[in-house]
Amino acid sequence: MTKINMTVNGRAVSAEAEDRTLLVEFLRSGLNLTGTHVGCDTSQCGACLVHVNGEAVKSCTMLAAEAEGAEVTTIEGMANADGSLSTIQAAFQEHHGLQCGFCTPGMVMSAAALLKDNPKPSEAEVRDYLEGNICRCTGYHNIVKAIMAASGQLDAIAAE
Amino acid sequence: MPKDGGIGARSKRREDVRFLTGRGKYTDDIQLPGQTYACFARSQVANGRIAGIDTTAAEKMPGVLAVFTGEDFKDVGGNPAGWLINSRDGTPMKEPKRPVLAHGKVRHVGDAYAAVVAETYEQARDAVDAIEAEIEELPAVIDMASALANSDNLVHDEIGTNQCFDWGWIEDNREATDAAIKSAPHVTTLHLVNNRLVPNAMEPRSSTGSYDPGTGEYELRTTSQNPHLTRLLISAFVLGIPENKLTVIAPDVGGGFGSKIYHYGEEALVLAAAKRLGRPVRWTATRTEAFLTDAHGRDHVTKIELATEKDGKFIAIRTETMANVGAYLSNFSTATPTFLHGTLMAGVYSVPNVYVNVKAVFTNTAPVDAYRGAGRPEATYSIERVVDKCARELGIDPIELRRKNFIKPDMYPYTTPVALQYDSGNYDALVDKMEERGDLAGFEARAAESKSRGKLRGLGISTYIEACGIAPSNLVGQLGSRVGLYDAATVRVNATGNLSVMVGAHSHGQGHETVFPQIVADMLGIDESMIEIVHGDTSKIPFGMGTYGSRSLAVCGSAVVKATEKVITKAKLIAAHMLEAPGEEVEFEDGIFSIKGTNKTVPWGDVALKAYIPHDFPLENLEPGLEETAFYDPANFTYPSGAYACEVEVDPDTGEVDVLSFVAADDFGNVMNPMIVEGQVQGGLAQGIGQAMLENTTYDENGQLLSASYMDYTMPRADDFPMFTVDHSSVTPCTHNPLGVKGCGEAGAIGSPAAVVNAVIDAIQRGGKSDLTHIDMPLTPARVWAAMNA
Repeated sequence: MTKINMTVNGRAVSAEAEDRTLLVEFLRSGLNLTGTHVGCDTSQCGACLVHVNGEAVKSCTMLAAEAEGAEVTTIEGMANADGSLSTIQAAFQEHHGLQCGFCTPGMVMSAAALLKDNPKPSEAEVRDYLEGNICRCTGYHNIVKAIMAASGQLDAIAAE
Repeated sequence: MPKDGGIGARSKRREDVRFLTGRGKYTDDIQLPGQTYACFARSQVANGRIAGIDTTAAEKMPGVLAVFTGEDFKDVGGNPAGWLINSRDGTPMKEPKRPVLAHGKVRHVGDAYAAVVAETYEQARDAVDAIEAEIEELPAVIDMASALANSDNLVHDEIGTNQCFDWGWIEDNREATDAAIKSAPHVTTLHLVNNRLVPNAMEPRSSTGSYDPGTGEYELRTTSQNPHLTRLLISAFVLGIPENKLTVIAPDVGGGFGSKIYHYGEEALVLAAAKRLGRPVRWTATRTEAFLTDAHGRDHVTKIELATEKDGKFIAIRTETMANVGAYLSNFSTATPTFLHGTLMAGVYSVPNVYVNVKAVFTNTAPVDAYRGAGRPEATYSIERVVDKCARELGIDPIELRRKNFIKPDMYPYTTPVALQYDSGNYDALVDKMEERGDLAGFEARAAESKSRGKLRGLGISTYIEACGIAPSNLVGQLGSRVGLYDAATVRVNATGNLSVMVGAHSHGQGHETVFPQIVADMLGIDESMIEIVHGDTSKIPFGMGTYGSRSLAVCGSAVVKATEKVITKAKLIAAHMLEAPGEEVEFEDGIFSIKGTNKTVPWGDVALKAYIPHDFPLENLEPGLEETAFYDPANFTYPSGAYACEVEVDPDTGEVDVLSFVAADDFGNVMNPMIVEGQVQGGLAQGIGQAMLENTTYDENGQLLSASYMDYTMPRADDFPMFTVDHSSVTPCTHNPLGVKGCGEAGAIGSPAAVVNAVIDAIQRGGKSDLTHIDMPLTPARVWAAMNA
C-alpha cells in the first residue's frame, strides 16, 4: 500500500492504495466519487473519462500512483461554484443529450476537453472527437446537438 | 407556442441534474457496510461434462469467505421460461432446468460453475483462478441446422433433441397459404439472416445481496427493468424466499434494452451467499462477462416467400425460421420468436394468407432473448426486404407497391390473418410525411451528384408496425404467458398538497420521472414540480410488471390516469363536504374545486390538507386520507407504425457504406413529451442502423465467442451517423387507452435495418449490378465489396 496525494476538484486528498489500483478505482472506492463510471475492460467506452492536469484521460488506463501530485477534475467538479449546471451540463439537459445517464459523465468531460482546445468545432469535428465515448441510448444526435449548443453554434448543425 | 408544462410539453428532464453532476446512484455506486465481493468461475468451453471441482486451494486463499459450486444449488429451483409454447403437433416445448450454477454440465462459454466470495474483488478473482475444475470437453453445438439434424450431440441430454419447439402460426392457415403460393402468378423468395446482437447497456449488470438475520429479510439491489418480476421469479421458482421477506431494489439503471428484464443466476448467488455469510455480497460484471452472459438478441435464419398477382397485389406470405435460444431458456426467450414475431408477419399490408413456422433451437451459446423490438424487428426485416425484392422483380416502384397493399384507414379495426386486431393507423399519411421530410423528389438529382464523384447513391424504404403496450393478460394467457401483463400505480396526495406517485414501470433512461408528472399535473391543474415519481423498489411500489415492449406509458401511464381519476373522485367528495354541497355538483378545473352556479370554491391544497385533518368528516360516508391505487390491464396491444427512408452512398472501390440521411415518420398516437419521444427514436435508429452496418456476434465452430469485447464487437460511434430527421406529427390515437398513446421505445430499432439494406441494394443495382438482390447484415465494407465483385 502506498499513500497517494492529489488534488481532486480543487480539494487536496490523500489515501492509501495498492500499487495496482487504477485511478478510476481510487476515485470511486477510495474517495467515493462514484460519478466516474466503468463501462468496459478495454478503454473503449469513455465512461471513466476525467481531466488530469487539464487533459482528458480515461481513468481506467492510469494507475492512481501515476496521478501523484496531479490536479484531477471529475464530473462532481464540473458544476458552477454556486452549484448550478455549467454551460455544457445545462446544454445536455436543454437538448436531451442523455437518457440512462451512465455514459454522461464521460461525455460531459470529453465535451469540456474538446471545447477547451477547439471552442467552435464543426459538427464533424464533434463526432470525430467522441470516437472514444460510447453511448447506447441517444444515437449521439442530441449529444452532438448539446455540444454544438454549448459552443454557441446551434444554427450550424444540419437540419433535423 | 409550445406548452410550458403538462401533456405535450417539452418538459426538461428532472433526473438529468443528478446524472449530469455525478450524483446518480447505480447499483455498483452504493457501498453497504461490511460488503464483500463475488467473482464467478466460468466455463472456457462451450460444451463439457463437469468431472470434478476442487475448491480446496481456493478456500485457503487470502480474504476468501466462501466458495460455492453447482452442488450447493442442486436442490433449489431453476430459472423458468415465462411462456409455454406448444409445437404444431400439440406437444409442449422442451424446458430443461436452468440452474443457479452449472451442475453436471457446462453449456456455453461463460456458463458459471462456481463462485468465490472474498473481502475484496481482487481476492475473489485470484481465488477463482485457484479453483481446479476438471471439465471434459464435448463437441459444441453451434450451427442451428446441424443442431436440428444431429441428435447424437445434444446441449441437454435429458430432452433427447436440440429442438425446443416447432411452432406454426396459424396452423389453420397452412394449407390455404401453401395453395395460394403454389398457384400464384409471382412468388418472391428470400433467404436471410437476422444477425445476432448483444444489447450492450453501458452499465454492466450488477447485484448486491444482503440479509438481516434479525428479521429474516433479504434485500437485492440489482440492475433490473422490472424489480417485482425479479422478486417473483426468485421467490416462487428459484430460491423459495417468501415474497414478503425479499425486497428487490433497482436504483438508477444504466440502460437495459431488454437485457435487464430477466432474472440471472448471479442475483440468486449473491442472496444465498449473503445469508450464509451474514454480510452483503456484491457482484458486478466486467464487460467481457456481459458479452458472455447477458441475454443476446435476434439470431434468426429465415426463408420468406411473398406471393403476388402480376400487378403486385399481395396474395400470401409464408416464412420458415430457425430461432436460436442459446443454451438455456431465458425468461421471455420463447415468446420473442413466436408471439412477438409471427403475429406481426402481415406487417402493414392487406394480405389474405399468412403462415409462419418457427423452430427454436438449443445451441452451446449464451441465451437469446428479447432485445429492443424483440421479434418485431425480425418480422419487419423479413417483410420489408422481401417486399423490396418483389418490387424490383415486378418493376414496380417500391413505394407504389407498398401503397397498393396498405391496409387503408377505413378498414379499422382490422383483423390480420395472424390474429392481431389493429385498432388504428394511416400508412399512406406516414409515407407522405416521409417523402416530404426526406425530399424524396430530389433524390435523383442527389444521386446524379454522387455519381459525378464516383459514388453510388441509393434510397431505401421501410415501413413497420409493431405490437406494443404489452399486453392484454387475457390474450397473452391464451397464448401461453405464465404471467399477466397489467401495470399499477398508487397516487398518494400528501397533506401539504404535493404528490408521491408510485409506479410499477421502471425508468432506465426513458424519463418517467419527468413524463408521468406531466400527465398527473395536467389532470389536476397543478404544477409538475409538485409531483414526485417513486419507482424501482418493491417495498414502496405496487406490483407492476416493469418496463419493456414500449409499455410504460400505454400500460403504466394508463394506471396512473386511472389512479388519478380515483383521487379526483375522492377529492370532490371532500370538497363537497367542505363547501356543504352535494358531491355531484362539484366541478374541478385548474386545481380549483367549485360548486356549479355559485361562487363557492376551494383550492387543491386545502382539500389535500382536509383529507388528513378530518375533524368533522361524516365518517360513515367519507374516509380520511387521499390515496388511490389502480391496476390497468390493456384491452389490446397498441400498434405504432411508421415509414422510414434511408439514403446511403456506396464506394464501389472499397465497399464502404456511408449513411447520409435517415428520415423516420412515425405514428405513436398522442405524444406526451415530444423531446423524449424524439430521443427514443434517435436511439432506436442508432441500434437498428448499428445492426445493419456494424454489429455482429460471432461464435466460432467450437463455441468460442470471438466478439467478446469492444475491441471485437463494433459499437456504433458518433461519427457513424448523420443528424436524423424524426417526425411524429402523423397521429392516429390508440382507441383503447385513456391517453391515446401507442409507445415509441422500440420503433427506431424495428424500422431501420431494412431501410438501410434496401438502400445499399438500391445503390449497387443503380451501379449496374442488377443481379445482386441481397447481402446479409452487417453490411461491412468487406461483405459489400465481396458481393459487388462476386
